[in-house]
Amino acid sequence: MTTPLLEITNLHASIEGKQILNGVNLTIMPGEVHSIMGPNGSGKSTLASVIAGHEAYEVTEGSILFNGIDLLELEADQRACAGVFLAFQYPVEIPGVSTKFFLKAAVNAIRKYRGQEELDAMDFLDMVEEKAKSVSLNIDLLDRNVNEGFSGGEKKRAEVFQMAMLDPLLGVLDETDSGLDIDALKIVADGVNQLRTQDRGFVIITHYQRLLDFIVPDFVHVLKDGVIVKSGDKSLALELEEKGYAGIEACKSECSCA
Amino acid sequence: MNNQANNINDPKKAVAESLPGGGMLLSSSNPVEEDTALLKETFKEKYKWGFVTDIEADSAPPGLDESTIAFISAKKDEPEWLLEWRLRAYRHWLTMEEPEWAHLTYNKPNFDEIIFYSAPKSLADGPKSLDEVDPALLETYKKLGIPLAEHAALAGVAVDAVFDSVSVGTTFKDKLEEVGIIFCPISEAVHSHPELVKKYLGTIVPYSDNYYATLNSAVFTDGSFVYIPKGVKCPMDLSTYFRINAKSTGQFERTLIIAEEGASVSYLEGCTAPMRDENQLHAAVVELIALDDADIKYSTVQNWYPGDENGVGGIYNFVTKRGKCQGDRSRITWTQVETGSAVTWKYPSCILLGDDSVGEFYSVALTNNYQQADTGTKMIHIGKNTKSTIISKGISAGHGQNIYRGLVRIQKGAENARNYTQCDSMLMGDRCGAHTFPYIEVKNKTAKAEHEASTSKIGEDQLFYCNQRGISTEDAINMIVNGFCKEVFRELPMEFAVEARRLLEVSLESSVG
Repeated sequence: MTTPLLEITNLHASIEGKQILNGVNLTIMPGEVHSIMGPNGSGKSTLASVIAGHEAYEVTEGSILFNGIDLLELEADQRACAGVFLAFQYPVEIPGVSTKFFLKAAVNAIRKYRGQEELDAMDFLDMVEEKAKSVSLNIDLLDRNVNEGFSGGEKKRAEVFQMAMLDPLLGVLDETDSGLDIDALKIVADGVNQLRTQDRGFVIITHYQRLLDFIVPDFVHVLKDGVIVKSGDKSLALELEEKGYAGIEACKSECSCA
Repeated sequence: MNNQANNINDPKKAVAESLPGGGMLLSSSNPVEEDTALLKETFKEKYKWGFVTDIEADSAPPGLDESTIAFISAKKDEPEWLLEWRLRAYRHWLTMEEPEWAHLTYNKPNFDEIIFYSAPKSLADGPKSLDEVDPALLETYKKLGIPLAEHAALAGVAVDAVFDSVSVGTTFKDKLEEVGIIFCPISEAVHSHPELVKKYLGTIVPYSDNYYATLNSAVFTDGSFVYIPKGVKCPMDLSTYFRINAKSTGQFERTLIIAEEGASVSYLEGCTAPMRDENQLHAAVVELIALDDADIKYSTVQNWYPGDENGVGGIYNFVTKRGKCQGDRSRITWTQVETGSAVTWKYPSCILLGDDSVGEFYSVALTNNYQQADTGTKMIHIGKNTKSTIISKGISAGHGQNIYRGLVRIQKGAENARNYTQCDSMLMGDRCGAHTFPYIEVKNKTAKAEHEASTSKIGEDQLFYCNQRGISTEDAINMIVNGFCKEVFRELPMEFAVEARRLLEVSLESSVG
């Protein structure tokens, strides 16, 4: 039997003493795309941060296995090296550090961890050019400081571009569609679709089913009050769009996923 | 002292300004001249009493009185005018109080316990080979990427045994002499070029300037003297040679750099290698003079012993650095990277006297553990169309306290003067502090002064973002800090910049738990 790419069991997590996740269960097999939807404050972003290893969150119960290894034992940078990528909802600016320089450090840190040789400047730039095309990213942007002066759309595209550069096994996209117009949304979705392979899995966190027209998920889960209250295929997203999250509660009792 | 009297003839020079932080900007008249005669009399009396000290001794007894100064002067075989100048400074110093306006807390030095002169230790007293040197020290040199050949020199090993520093020095010297540049210890210049030393010494930082500058004037041990003749561009950064050879200049360093019309020079001071020193108090004075169209770039990397992680020990670095853009279109640039010392008190300043002259100050000051730094600059605009730029980056980690203190003064006659100040602080952790004390005084309507300031914390979010891309926390901190300091580092000569970057990394090691 194939090892699940990600296996989250009964995950409880809190921040500053406030309980946010109350027993999340989620299994992702290689090649699968799972979408997580839910109302504001339901714990979607917290789930993404906990998977990526943000120190501010405390896991109080439960486990996360990544390719069979205990992810909670690893520091955030080790998780990234092991193949977990988080596309941030609000990408952080780093003044004085060019995006190229930053990415080269990242690429080589990960290559080193994986026992691969570090890329030299030429190979790195070749790779940059190729991957930038996949999200139609203006390459001049990469000479700017990390996320500094990027428009909202540029920031999100840059996140997907970074994901392509770092070649992860699991991509977690935290509201990558927020603030994007329809054209930008298509470009970002297209970039993600190009990265879909039979080994790579995705967690797509979004408020709107609109994104899922372009990145078609294998599964859709509804997160509410820190637990997954309903799971289904992509038709669930359409149902949500129609009925809203309030309508989901009604079916909670007859739903097998609760 | 004739030059002091000459100032009267030039109205521009006759501006007397006392600065916050004590001290006179320029000598306004010549009381000096008048009391010289008087002093001479008194001095002669003292002189008789004073010279009882055994000048054959290797060091002066602890404490400071006129005989100590006479001893130092005699040791260096100085001309009488210099001894008089020292004594005048000393007598003035006795009337002064140690300044307390700085945002610093430290135990005041006990001057009765300080040995003000001891002969430089001969190399033969040092370790005989690198095998005898503390491995921890060598490890640090390695981390800083200091060429192996220099390890021995820095660690105080008899250099000759390792590589031929004498010939290196001579090669440089020949090259400089060809174009008429004088570059030598100031004690040597007193004998070889007395007219220049006499003409300029104490004209930018008068002996009465401030407590520590006055003390330095009385007891300075040695330092550098640089003279760039008219129209000469110094063909090399005055650095490597200096770094290897300028050990043992002692705790009271005095440097004087003169760039004649159209001359230019880049001078690098200090060393990224951690310098240990038995002397706790360092009070240096640096004077720069730039004539018409001259350009002086003075870069410092200071890494004196900062004390241990509990704040025990460490050097007090109380420095007065001032440059005068005396000529039209002249330019003085101060660039400093300060990572060492337990306590730093330092304000490299520019007096922009010449029309269209430019003063620049670029600074990175890092305080970790229990270090304190009160540093900044003064830009005094006197001439027309004068410009100044101040970029200050303070980084505080551990319990470190970082203070920016700056004065921008635009005088009445400084038509169209411009100043731009940017003052950024970065905090790491929640036990350190950053403080800013900017003073801006504008007395000319056509002038413009801009001040921007920011304080940021190396955010958890920034670190997490880097971590999430596979970058370790330590590398992430280095990256963020280097990005923060970029504008200053690019002002440093290339190799110095590389060293400075590594120095920050090493200084910040273990600053984040």
